[in-house]
Amino acid sequence: MSKLKFGVVVFPGSNCDHDAHYVVGTLLGHDARFIWHKEGSLGDVDVVILPGGFSYGDYLRCGAIARFSPVMKDVVRFANNGGIVMGICNGFQILTEAGLLPGVLLRNASLKFVCKYVHLRVENAETRFSSKCQQGEVLEIPIAHGDGNYFVDAGMLQKLEENRQIVLRYCGPGGQVTDAANPNGAISNIAGIVNETGNVLGMMPHPERASDPVLGHTDGRKIFDSLVESLVQQTVLT
Amino acid sequence: MYQSKIVVTLRKSILDPQGKAVEHGVHSLGFEKVKDVRIGKFVELNVQTDNKSEAERITKEVCEKLLANPIMEDFHFTVENHKP
Repeated sequence: MSKLKFGVVVFPGSNCDHDAHYVVGTLLGHDARFIWHKEGSLGDVDVVILPGGFSYGDYLRCGAIARFSPVMKDVVRFANNGGIVMGICNGFQILTEAGLLPGVLLRNASLKFVCKYVHLRVENAETRFSSKCQQGEVLEIPIAHGDGNYFVDAGMLQKLEENRQIVLRYCGPGGQVTDAANPNGAISNIAGIVNETGNVLGMMPHPERASDPVLGHTDGRKIFDSLVESLVQQTVLT
Repeated sequence: MYQSKIVVTLRKSILDPQGKAVEHGVHSLGFEKVKDVRIGKFVELNVQTDNKSEAERITKEVCEKLLANPIMEDFHFTVENHKP
């Protein structure tokens, strides 16, 4: 299998960049490199990862300042040309601020930073980020955020449902989507979504923290494996 | 030079858990008549121009592009002559 080229964007305050690099580079064995946010271009990459962390100290709003980093212009161009972009936690916040994904991540309803494993129900197993999962499968992946309370207005929520853009929902161990299983107050228990064309994913949980067996959980790896498979298939077809 | 004083608040339709928490505190202090506490942000900035309408235009653009996220926030501001 040919190696894919992953670019992990590093903002001042990113702190999950090395974890993401480790998973795609060391664990999955692809080419991975860091891209400093001041770069004007992404260079030659197949996948861009916006990692978790606290870019610019979460000043003003999470992700609000990072979206104006020089490299983001090229991230937007790349995504609009169909390039694969994955935003994890702070990366998800940056993608909404940049307008690549709809909605916004508000302060957790509890006002507390929540760091724990959560259960996630796979709502759409036909995206390129979830194809290695079963429809309705329950994944166990950790979250670690203070601002993960996803919000969209009613019209956009309906659109997300109709287009099957909701990929992951917070749920109980048996897959029940309930208020009790909602760690942050996110509307409709939404934990992860894709854009309309399915090439941009944003998710609050950290799949890179649940990929190496040594850490105890490997469900996060299904997200990376799905996306690798989708790109490899694409290469075979073209 | 003009100085803008900008207030950014969560939109009315969005629940403000910080405001709610503060409201509980205010009630615990005995101020039962206090209602609808909302927390926002205050930003002060100077615009280097002699033209008030230009200062207003620039302030509005900065609010729309960066200081407020229209999905969740509203903003308003005042612009006044400023001698540093």
